[in-house]
Amino acid sequence: MAAGPTGTKTNPPSEQLTLTFTSNSGAASIRRKTMQPKQPSKRRPSTPRAEAKKGGATRRGLSAEALGKQQRDISVSEFFAKNRHLLGFDNKRKALLTTVKEAVDNSLDACEEAGILPDIDIRVKQVDQDRFTVMVRDNGPGIVRQQIPNIFGKLLYGSKFHRLKMSRGQQGIGISAAGMYGLITTGKPVHILSKTGPRAQAHDYTLAIDTRKNKPDIIRDQEIEVEWSRGTQVTIELQAGYNKGRQSVDEYLELTAIANPHAQFVYHPPVGATVEFPRGTDELPDETREIKPHPYGIELGTFMKMIKESGAKNLGPFLAGEFSRVSPTVAKKVCGGAGLTTRTYLGTITPPVAERVYTVLQNTKLKAPSTDCLAPIGAESILTGLLKEIKAEFYTASTRPPSVYRGNPFQIEVGLAYGGELGSDHRDGDENGNGKGERTQSRVIRFANRVPLLYQQSSCCTFKAVTDTKWNNYSLSQSSGSMPQAPMVILIHMASVWVPFISEGKEAIADYDEIRKEVKLGIAECGRRLGILLRRKRKKVAHSKRRDVFTRYIDEVVEATRSMAVINKEEFRRSLVTLSKTYTAQADMEFDDHGKVIKKKKQQPGNDLGLADTIVVDREGGEEDNGTLFTEVANSISPMKAKGKRSSGRGTKKTKRKR
Amino acid sequence: MIIMAKKAKKTTKAKSKRPTKRGNGSTEKKIEGLATSVVEMAHRQQDPAIAIPTRALSNVAFNEKTRHVEMGENKQSRNFFNYGQAKRFMQTMLVASKCKDLIELGKTASIRQIYYLAKHTIKGTKEKTFDDQSESDPIIEDLEVAIDSLREELHVFASNRGNLAGYITLVDAGSTLDCTAMGSAGYAVPSICEPDVIQFKKCDAKFILHVEKDTVWRRFHEDRFWETHKCIISHGGGQPARGMRRLLRRMHEELKLPVFVLLDNDPWGYYIYSVIKHGSINLAYESRRMAIPDAKFIGVSSFDYDRCDMTDDVKIELDANDVKRAKQIANYPWFASKRPWQREIKKMLSNGFKMEVEAMISKDLSYLTEQYVPMKLKDKKQWLD
Repeated sequence: MAAGPTGTKTNPPSEQLTLTFTSNSGAASIRRKTMQPKQPSKRRPSTPRAEAKKGGATRRGLSAEALGKQQRDISVSEFFAKNRHLLGFDNKRKALLTTVKEAVDNSLDACEEAGILPDIDIRVKQVDQDRFTVMVRDNGPGIVRQQIPNIFGKLLYGSKFHRLKMSRGQQGIGISAAGMYGLITTGKPVHILSKTGPRAQAHDYTLAIDTRKNKPDIIRDQEIEVEWSRGTQVTIELQAGYNKGRQSVDEYLELTAIANPHAQFVYHPPVGATVEFPRGTDELPDETREIKPHPYGIELGTFMKMIKESGAKNLGPFLAGEFSRVSPTVAKKVCGGAGLTTRTYLGTITPPVAERVYTVLQNTKLKAPSTDCLAPIGAESILTGLLKEIKAEFYTASTRPPSVYRGNPFQIEVGLAYGGELGSDHRDGDENGNGKGERTQSRVIRFANRVPLLYQQSSCCTFKAVTDTKWNNYSLSQSSGSMPQAPMVILIHMASVWVPFISEGKEAIADYDEIRKEVKLGIAECGRRLGILLRRKRKKVAHSKRRDVFTRYIDEVVEATRSMAVINKEEFRRSLVTLSKTYTAQADMEFDDHGKVIKKKKQQPGNDLGLADTIVVDREGGEEDNGTLFTEVANSISPMKAKGKRSSGRGTKKTKRKR
Repeated sequence: MIIMAKKAKKTTKAKSKRPTKRGNGSTEKKIEGLATSVVEMAHRQQDPAIAIPTRALSNVAFNEKTRHVEMGENKQSRNFFNYGQAKRFMQTMLVASKCKDLIELGKTASIRQIYYLAKHTIKGTKEKTFDDQSESDPIIEDLEVAIDSLREELHVFASNRGNLAGYITLVDAGSTLDCTAMGSAGYAVPSICEPDVIQFKKCDAKFILHVEKDTVWRRFHEDRFWETHKCIISHGGGQPARGMRRLLRRMHEELKLPVFVLLDNDPWGYYIYSVIKHGSINLAYESRRMAIPDAKFIGVSSFDYDRCDMTDDVKIELDANDVKRAKQIANYPWFASKRPWQREIKKMLSNGFKMEVEAMISKDLSYLTEQYVPMKLKDKKQWLD
């Protein structure tokens, strides 16, 4: 079903649950569903098969009445308890990751909405062979007492689902599902501590989830004193597995730190030393605005539901008020186009009429949705994040202008980190000019609204964009249709009010043409900059090699010539050395547009390529202290024009000489 | 009229003023001239360069009068102060100096020995002047064309390749050899077959049958084909080396023996025939000494599959490379104007398979020597020119 969660995003939770359930569980379970005469849209789900069974006794002798007794409501909680893989709890290892992820995402969202620089403490402790406790504490605004049970003990409860606003969480499933998973696998309830301010008392809750009713089951509720001044702490015990490496909690936190340089994390892993991810910037991301849905992104069913539930009485105000980019003038035009007026009473609109209005609306030319609801990480912050977590040599980042898919605004950001400790390119030799570097696959790190995506990489739209890109154009090697082979990390971030995930587990972005195109453009921009660096680097290497080669061979040539003819050996040698100097000197000179020699400028720290949003770190020039390196370089980021005079002048000169 | 092969590759017309007079002065002098010109260029503060005639299809012309593939006028300049050419320049100078040494000492060396003579580690580095013999072999050929001297004149020879047997008695380096009594392996043809090394003493053969490979040749030799047909049988071990080609040419020219060629039915076989008949592209400057324009191709033809009623078992499918190569060969100027050859190549492409000479053995062990070849030799219409 194409609609998925998007189509039903304005539904109240209970309806969402039935719809989601229908779409995910298939025909087998439809039979068990209770008919709800209240809802006209639900009146027709009886399939021909169901009808056949009701019409008289079936083979097994069950009457419609007997069957009816078996049919009953299914709660979301029950559904997800059985289908936990949909939420990212397919295996023990992933369960641990998902739990940490949901808790951290909630903390970050809460802090940012409250305008607080996030300071998050993550503790994962192993209590038994396959049993862990996850504790996540933030310095966020805390949660008011009455809401704690609902937020942590009820699925599909939250502040983020009913609005179109960029945030990490979307559906309100995450943390409560984690709690439920813990309860199912260990029998231990969720423990929450929350404090809303320095003077407030901390609430200490212990919650279980009643899966049958999708309701919190409060086990203990008391007020206690804690030593921290504000924030929320959630502790979940669960059956899990811990590994390091790819798709681990460690990787998730590393990537989160890259995409959220304004946050600080302290991570206590089950084994090994505490890891700190320091804050890279004190600037909070821009606050995002909530927006109304754009008509192009609305399905007919949703449209009808909006008509029914709207507070407006007349069609005109409804259109102009409930949608973005529909002005009263446009609304009037749409009403006219459908043969109605702006005054048409909403209550009189029958489904066929609604469909007519919908069609007219879809065919009306509308402005693209406003994009100020998006808060991209920003090129500078991406660079900051990459710099502090990845020890590369070259960094660049690019933020694409906002774009729209199916009426939803989105924005793509791409960052590249190349070389340094990531390894050397197999195309380039080592320092002695001999041999080749090792072959390393690049790595893609994907983010959606600043949340790292760790699974299902190959089905993700962003990954496809990476393999689609012709990296050979940027001086990297790549066999067609696969990842480029280079010591490189490719960061791709999609910011959107509604990120189209392939599944509820939020692991891969659906492959919309518009999205893929934007990602590719972003990659191209960064790739071009990397290509400039690489070409320049290789040219430099070639030049020094050239100098070496000539001096290396001069003696050989002199000796060989001497045994062929009677010559003045020293004189010949001197001539060759002079010649070699003139030839290599020419290669070392740089020329401006008029062919004049440019005297070498003093090397600036960081970026001497003249490229925007790009940092080059000289990692060979002695190991610098991490902190100072970072601040020094971060200050030197200056948005310059992309085309440096020097580079173009030099290029033309070189080709001339070749001829 | 001279038809230039199309497909121009990147060649630069030589600008060097190196003397290119042929036959003027000994090889020794020519090498000396090469060295002095390099030194002079350096003293004039010019990039020292050697002009080397291009050895590629782009610089090869078919002379319709002599029916030789001849080398054109294009030259490539090999410069020292060019990053891509510096090493090869140095190598050329090294090989030239080693040849000069050989001439002075009055000794000869094989191309492999030249490789070892010129190979050493460059002072102060780990780099070797040559990494592999495949680097020095083309340099020797470059040197041959650059100073317009033959390999023999540079005192260089290649390993022996090719054998012959039959009604000929020749003198090789003073020994008289009767090729009807050379045992099972026949007479091994040396790399240098110039009159000062080999002289013909007596010849009763009526023609020469040249086959592609040793194994096929063995079949003919064992079946005493040369005895029953009063001929000479020879093979070149694939594409015949210069020694074999030179000997064939001399026997053809001096003893007036017609040459018949029996090769595999594949693009490679066509090319071997073309090399024997007109000369090779790589060694086009040698054509005038080696080409046998009157040589005839007697098989295996693409039409022989039907003609000889062969079975499916002998088919070897053409791969993409074969198809490409066959089309290339069909476009060579010396094939392009020949209708029968165009038909032959087209037939192979439409067959979609190739056949080895050994395919004929699938009928009977002696079918090849007792029926197929005699049938081919008798019927002039089946020859391809």
